[in-house]
Amino acid sequence: MKHTLKLSGLEAVEVTPNSNFVNIGERTNVTGSAKFLKLIKEDKFDEALEVALDQVRGGAQVIDVNMDEGMLDSQLAMVKYLNLMASEPEIAAIPVMVDSSKWEVIEAGLKCLQGKGIVNSISMKGGVEEFIRQAKLVKRYGAAAVVMAFDEQGQADTYQRRIDICKRAYDILVNEVNFPPQDIIFDPNIFPVATGIDEHRNYALDFFKATKWIRENLPHAHVSGGVSNVSFSFRGNQKVREAMHSAFLYHAIQHGMDMGIVNPTMLEVYDEIPKDLLERVEDVLLNRREDSTERLLDFAESVKGSAKKKEVDDEWRKGTVEERITHSLVKGIIDFIDQDTEEARQKYDKPLHVIEGPLMSGMNVVGDLFGAGKMFLPQVVKSARVMKKSVAYLTPFLEEEKRLSGNVGKPAARILMATVKGDVHDIGKNIVGVVLACNNYDVVDLGVMVPPEKIIEAAKREKVDVIGLSGLITPSLDEMVYVAKEMQREKMTLPLLIGGATTSRIHTAVKIDPVYDGAVVHVLDASRSVPVASELISTETRDAFKSKIKLEYEVMRKDHASRQQAKNYIPLNEARANRVKIDWKATQLTKPVILGRREFVNYPLEEIRKYIDWTPFFQTWMLAGRYPGILKDAVVGVEAQKLFNDANTMLDEIVRDKSLQASGVVAFYPAANKGDDVELYKTDSTKENFATFHFLRQQNKKAQNLPNFCLADFVSPEQGNDYLGIFAVTAGLGLEKLTAKHQANQDDYSDIMAKALADRLAEAFAECLHEKVRKELWGYAQDEKLTDQQLIDEEYNGIRPAPGYPACPDHTEKKLLFELLEAEKVGIQLTESYAMFPGAAVSGFYFSHPDSKYFGLGKIEKDQVLDYAKRKGMSVEEIERWLAPNLAYDI
Amino acid sequence: MSQKIQDILKERILILDGAMGTMIQRHKLEEADFRGEILRDHPHPLKGNNDLLSLTQPDIIKDIHRQYFEAGADIVETNTFGSTSVAQADYHLEHLVYQINYESAKIAKEVANEFTQKEPNKPRFVAGSMGPTTKLASMSPDVNNPGYRAITFDQLVVAFKEQAKALIDGGVDMLLLETVTDTLNVKAGLFAIQELFEETGKEVPVMVSGTITDASGRILSGQTAEAFLISVSHVPLLSVGLNCALGASALRPYLKVLSDRAPFFISAHPNAGLPNEFGQYDQTAVQMGKEVEDYLKEGLINILGGCCGSTPEHIKRIADIAKNYKPRTIDTIEAATTA
Repeated sequence: MKHTLKLSGLEAVEVTPNSNFVNIGERTNVTGSAKFLKLIKEDKFDEALEVALDQVRGGAQVIDVNMDEGMLDSQLAMVKYLNLMASEPEIAAIPVMVDSSKWEVIEAGLKCLQGKGIVNSISMKGGVEEFIRQAKLVKRYGAAAVVMAFDEQGQADTYQRRIDICKRAYDILVNEVNFPPQDIIFDPNIFPVATGIDEHRNYALDFFKATKWIRENLPHAHVSGGVSNVSFSFRGNQKVREAMHSAFLYHAIQHGMDMGIVNPTMLEVYDEIPKDLLERVEDVLLNRREDSTERLLDFAESVKGSAKKKEVDDEWRKGTVEERITHSLVKGIIDFIDQDTEEARQKYDKPLHVIEGPLMSGMNVVGDLFGAGKMFLPQVVKSARVMKKSVAYLTPFLEEEKRLSGNVGKPAARILMATVKGDVHDIGKNIVGVVLACNNYDVVDLGVMVPPEKIIEAAKREKVDVIGLSGLITPSLDEMVYVAKEMQREKMTLPLLIGGATTSRIHTAVKIDPVYDGAVVHVLDASRSVPVASELISTETRDAFKSKIKLEYEVMRKDHASRQQAKNYIPLNEARANRVKIDWKATQLTKPVILGRREFVNYPLEEIRKYIDWTPFFQTWMLAGRYPGILKDAVVGVEAQKLFNDANTMLDEIVRDKSLQASGVVAFYPAANKGDDVELYKTDSTKENFATFHFLRQQNKKAQNLPNFCLADFVSPEQGNDYLGIFAVTAGLGLEKLTAKHQANQDDYSDIMAKALADRLAEAFAECLHEKVRKELWGYAQDEKLTDQQLIDEEYNGIRPAPGYPACPDHTEKKLLFELLEAEKVGIQLTESYAMFPGAAVSGFYFSHPDSKYFGLGKIEKDQVLDYAKRKGMSVEEIERWLAPNLAYDI
Repeated sequence: MSQKIQDILKERILILDGAMGTMIQRHKLEEADFRGEILRDHPHPLKGNNDLLSLTQPDIIKDIHRQYFEAGADIVETNTFGSTSVAQADYHLEHLVYQINYESAKIAKEVANEFTQKEPNKPRFVAGSMGPTTKLASMSPDVNNPGYRAITFDQLVVAFKEQAKALIDGGVDMLLLETVTDTLNVKAGLFAIQELFEETGKEVPVMVSGTITDASGRILSGQTAEAFLISVSHVPLLSVGLNCALGASALRPYLKVLSDRAPFFISAHPNAGLPNEFGQYDQTAVQMGKEVEDYLKEGLINILGGCCGSTPEHIKRIADIAKNYKPRTIDTIEAATTA
């Protein structure tokens, strides 16, 4: 292992005694390929890149690049080509051999390689001093080197010269330069044979012998060579050349050659060379007969003809046009995209539909693969290029259609796009840019790493209508907040779009939206960018859209605040000091009309039904959107309406047949706050409490003026003038019988529907009863008049938090609650894990104070757990088990 | 230095510090704090340029170093992750690059010396942090022009050399090229450092730490962990390792790749888990400790610390756990390399 030659492109390549011969692709060499030279000369680098791809697909394990041609700026061409190769992951996977006779070209090439490549070549041709200098630099750049059997006297052409020069070079490299011996690859010169010149007869044989000597006498060094040289005199006769290459390689490998510059697509399989041809070829290579050259020449005349056809995997071309486009996008193949796009254009009625259809779905596949770690960034960049090419092809057709549809002349809305400062990722941004451009938006793309001042300046100068920010890495989130702040400081009002992999709706709602008064919208993916942009720009919709989004985000913030815990916690005593401050003297408290229990058995479902909040019902069915708007939704509206109709049909039956029954119980007691507890008394004047509910207090560090909430704070500490209500309701009585019927009919739809409706009815019953409590039973809000929507939005005084939910997450409090309510009498039971049965049930507390509100406890510290355990008379371990999700520490 | 770090590394696992940025954030510094007196009239915003604080708020930086040493770190990193002329160009502070690096090294070394004097049997070291800069040498930022490069190898060599020289002049004990997102960038850094060593005749140990960015198991520029290792192995490194981007558990398979193959010591300084949707790190010291303990059980590690989101609390936990384990030994290294 220690002396293994290790190379790398994007992947590792090791040359071990066990690894097969390493193929070095040679077609990307202007001195060896007229076709490649022509492409480079004509600056057709994209096509020239295909030559490299051919080599990789043909089996090359290292790729040789040579730009030595008099008419070329070799250094420039080398750098340009290597940089382009780096952008093709399939090519970049393998190591590069930088091939030039000019040192400065080699050095420029080395500066482009992230992997460990090979220099081809250095030698003692220009003297030992220069040889040492170059070898040191090769080592410093981190490359291996091909060392030519070449010295001040010239190229080695005999066995003895070959081994003398290689030995001398090896000693200098290993002893003086400290060059790793395994990184030395000798090229003992492959010369043409069968040239008709007598001195050349032993060229191949001498090469084989020298190879053997090097491998046996110069530890860890490798041997390579340019194989196609050997058949130089048979140019034009591919069949013979392929046979010669294969036979030469066969023998060279036997002698120890372990790498070689070979065109892998121009090799015959040794065993498949016709026996008569092979015999003549080997006679030449091994110098076995006086007349071997003549015999091969004669034979060559007779086998002139077809060379081996190269095999390309083009099975995928047989798929549908959509499949082909996806394949091209995923593989980053640019060759066929124009023709496939044209085919798709004819198939789809509008060019835009090609973009929105097959192209977008292809890019979705790319996105999924990337997300799953099955594609990596450079590949995705390539996919985006294919996408762009296709869009470019469609652009004239889009223009034409715009012209025909009379869209011309209407100034397009302008959208500024930028990846924020500190971030270089822009694929998502570019895709969004492409999609927007396809939809008649004028996109001003500022690129990546754009500082806020530049964004703002450009937005003003270009008079854009919308600003879009993108980012992939987490610090970009903060940067986006900063940009928004700066926009606010500049008193800008332009809508701000937020997108990119780490961005989220919740972050946008909580962190960005509050700092900017203009509209801020998180855009989940490119496909959402167009509708959002159009709503934000249209004078008819923009104000309504902005208010809608602002409201949505505000709701999310509230919701989030109730769930998200800050990272800093304060001691319990500090949290208690920061309790909710209510001026009890100024509060008018109302005594409930009834004290003690009251049951509601078989409450009329007709009445409960009116209180149903339908939005969660649609969520259950995975239809996103708020009721009633969802019924008109462009995407899910039809399905939503169908579902809604079915639900109401079933509800009608349930109400008519009384197949579900709703029952509940409420109770009210005189109560007073003691610390974080609420004590209950039999009467207003009783001094001794007969029961106590225990609550938990938020312990996260609060911003100024925000209290550390605890439900107990909402009850007056003064004994004898405040009250606490409790309740439990169900609408699930009879559900088992009802669903048994549906299950027997194997009617899953009705089964799920019935369960979903029972849940909704239970919630509705709780809501209905809460109103009754406010208006009648406790009666603290007798004049309350609210619309259905206001009810759903909970715009009334007082709350009804449930044990096990964010404000009071301890389920074990249900035990006392159910005992006091004697809930079993109305058919609701507690399981041993404090779950309610039937499942369609709701229980909780009633707090009446106008300041009382829902909140999330968040995480609590050990000090509170110890205190709480003591108050409840339970062990700390038990409390920790019940409150595990709320602990700010590890157990 | 009485004992060479190479020898200490054979005896025990050395602890590297945790995040600098996370600690700085706690101070909630504003634009004026970043500017200090010296840059009061600088025409460009400077907030967020954490490295600058070595000049304008040196006491804060020293205090952070102190907290990490107190937590048990053997090595702290200088506050110079972005202190190349390439990265500082964002703030138009290229002219201060030498000074930032020099002063950062100096203050870190002062704190290290305080601790070494108190506890001579536990010498403390300073690693000069060299980040990847803000530009990639082997990838194009322009989709339509894949051959384009925002920066060249030569430009990077100049920038890294300036930084390395200032860090060594300031007294660092070693250099740490970290968060490698593009191997060509780090190769330029290594090239610069080797040139510098040759020119000055003074050498310090060099550490390299790459960053696996996602589930593909590759660094941003596309290399596998193994290809990355091969690409930096031409320099006799003190250590090679991984940091940032992923939490400790997610890094483990790639550390194993390095540990099985590298002829160098192995380092790891993972993030404290993955950031939540707010870019904050929630992982507790205990959780992180549990995750890195898996490395130690497998004997993968010689140098262990934390990256984004880790705090002195995390480092203390890691240091406490690491005490119970033996480092990946030279025997293991040789066993691995001769296998």
